[in-house]
Amino acid sequence: MAGVALPVLHETAPHQGVHNQFAAAGSGGGGAHGATAGTHGGGQKGPTFKFGDVVDHAANGFNPTEILRDFDYGKTRRLPGGRVVREYELVAEDKEIEVAPGVKYPAWTYNGRVPGPTLRATEGDLMRVRFVNGSEHPHTMHFHGFHTPEMDGVPEIGPGIIEPGKSTTYEFEAEPFGLHLYHCHVGPLAEHIARGLYGAFICDPKQGRPEADEMMMMMNGFNTNFDAEGNQIYAINTVAFHHVNEPIKVKRGELVRIYLVNALEYDPINSFHTHATFFDYYPTGTRLEPNEFTDIVMLGQAQRGICEVRFKHKGQFMFHAHKTEFAELGWMGFFEVS
Amino acid sequence: MEAETATRRSPAESSGPPGRVPKWALGAIPLVLIVAALAALLTVGGDTLGERRGPPVEDIAVERTVLRPGEIEIAVRNVGPDPVDVEQVFVNDAYVNFAEDTEEVGRLGDQTLTLDYPWQEGSPLLVTMLTASGATVEHEVEVAVATPKADGGFYGLMALLGVYVGVIPVALGMLFLPFLGRVRESWIRILMAATIGLLGFLAVDAYLEGTEIAEQSAGAFGGVELLFIGAAVAYFALVALDRYMRARRERAKAAGAGAFQISLLVAIGIGLHNLGEGLAIGSAYAIGELALGAFLVFGFALHNTTEGLAIVAPLANRPRPSLGRLAALGLIAGAPAILGAFIGAAAYNAEIATLLIGVGIGAIVQVIVQLVPAMRDRAGRALYPASVGGILAGVAILYTTGLLVSV
Repeated sequence: MAGVALPVLHETAPHQGVHNQFAAAGSGGGGAHGATAGTHGGGQKGPTFKFGDVVDHAANGFNPTEILRDFDYGKTRRLPGGRVVREYELVAEDKEIEVAPGVKYPAWTYNGRVPGPTLRATEGDLMRVRFVNGSEHPHTMHFHGFHTPEMDGVPEIGPGIIEPGKSTTYEFEAEPFGLHLYHCHVGPLAEHIARGLYGAFICDPKQGRPEADEMMMMMNGFNTNFDAEGNQIYAINTVAFHHVNEPIKVKRGELVRIYLVNALEYDPINSFHTHATFFDYYPTGTRLEPNEFTDIVMLGQAQRGICEVRFKHKGQFMFHAHKTEFAELGWMGFFEVS
Repeated sequence: MEAETATRRSPAESSGPPGRVPKWALGAIPLVLIVAALAALLTVGGDTLGERRGPPVEDIAVERTVLRPGEIEIAVRNVGPDPVDVEQVFVNDAYVNFAEDTEEVGRLGDQTLTLDYPWQEGSPLLVTMLTASGATVEHEVEVAVATPKADGGFYGLMALLGVYVGVIPVALGMLFLPFLGRVRESWIRILMAATIGLLGFLAVDAYLEGTEIAEQSAGAFGGVELLFIGAAVAYFALVALDRYMRARRERAKAAGAGAFQISLLVAIGIGLHNLGEGLAIGSAYAIGELALGAFLVFGFALHNTTEGLAIVAPLANRPRPSLGRLAALGLIAGAPAILGAFIGAAAYNAEIATLLIGVGIGAIVQVIVQLVPAMRDRAGRALYPASVGGILAGVAILYTTGLLVSV
């Protein structure tokens, strides 16, 4: 992403702050990383982290821009009967991640990233998810979707809680088609989820969906002071304001499909709003016909849906939670339409 | 007695020849051992206890807030045991850009953060500082009002407030001096009792205010104990001053100077009290909480006029001091209000304010001790119906006039 032009919200008002000292702070720290340096907004121009501050994605081991279009189809093979088997391995790992520039959060992760890998299959495929608990805490994997009680990933049923160092394999058929999620189901539940143990599970319909530029947005947050009262950081795919600094690149007129999941804890609702465009909305993705044409959806905890959008104009368009408090605490970004 | 001492001393002396170890060495050896032990504890002692359990303790306190249009400046102090790094800041639930004068603040270190936020006049502000570990430190501004600029006009205004509140009322009260010269001795004693009641009220009032301010303090340099430290320092310093002046007077054999000395001590005590009053007025003005107006000026004038009376009461029926000396007494008692207003408005700091109010309390208590002999009747009693009535009247006067002013 290096070398991309800095995001410009208003063409007539580039990034110089109203106050000279702030402008100086911004241009001073921004230099080397180009597009990744936070210098958008400030004062009346909107929320921002301290100018010039950026998250070290390399140290985190993942980059939200990459997570966006990173779909994990697993190790695939076909059974004699023609059925597809997809095998995955997810390892729970305790890891300190930087969720805002300079702010470290002691996360619990699947495969060292938050959100965990976006598992993707086609309806009817056999899913074999080996779960290894490399964390110091007991965990499980609980999938939304159809499965037997033993595969539900809850305490006391089937393999139940997976203690540190232990492992198990969850096996089930991918159904129904739609957009689902998986998360840890050990108590205290809110904390086990909020710490980062969640990921998207996409089950494609057999007939597929129209060709599109696809991306997964996990709306999440971090209660960094652990007071269980709301969050200090709100984001999509973990790093707050990330797509303000690195806008999501899309093509004008091309179908863009957003798999939108709300994994936020400690706040009852979240929302998603696109500027200057509307989208077809497929709640939970379980039907092939949209039920709404809108520019905003509101999602409760673990609620999700598919948004299909075509941008009419070139340029930069904001998207953010229209629970504006979340937007100003990090959950906002830009599409860059070319 | 002498024999006993001698027998007790002899075994010690017989245990070894005297003067073997020089006296200075006996003092120096433990000193060296203490320094060595402390150095050892400092370098290796901590390691023997292992690491602290739990996350770092990040505790910072906001000492000062300055509001300028579109900008919030906050000075913070690290009052916890571990270094603190404020990484991000949000105001009323919106992240803001900010400038900081230092990256990390060590124990007792301070830092100034300048936040870029378009705050609205009259609205409350909640500033949340997010540290590197994700801990949050909140600071609330109850009502956002632009902090006055410390320019000539501002100092002029503070000086005027100080004159209104301190100098003029005290001078007015001192005008009673000629009248006091004509009243009977017994009435003077009742007046002294009223002054004691009045000063006692001021001391209690200052204590209550001091504890309130101490609670706002960051705690790094202490809270309520500063009140007591200030009081003790002032009390003993004034006692020492009194003894010194008394010794000089005795040498000069200048009878009659004693009354002026008591007046001077009363003036100093009241001056320190007015310094605290000026502090309260100045700081209230700085944060926009002071309703400037006729009522404030009138209330304080009525309230503090009694202070002028207290200063001249010891001079009744005594040789009248020169006008210059009387003016000096008035300024000592009244002018500190001006200084207090400056400090309160321009460089308000809860710890300094607590200490200064403590100084005022100590001074007042010392003055009360000084005045008690002056209210004794011929039988030597301090408390008798008339003096008790006087004390209660003094309390009542300040209580009722105090209702007129609230800062």
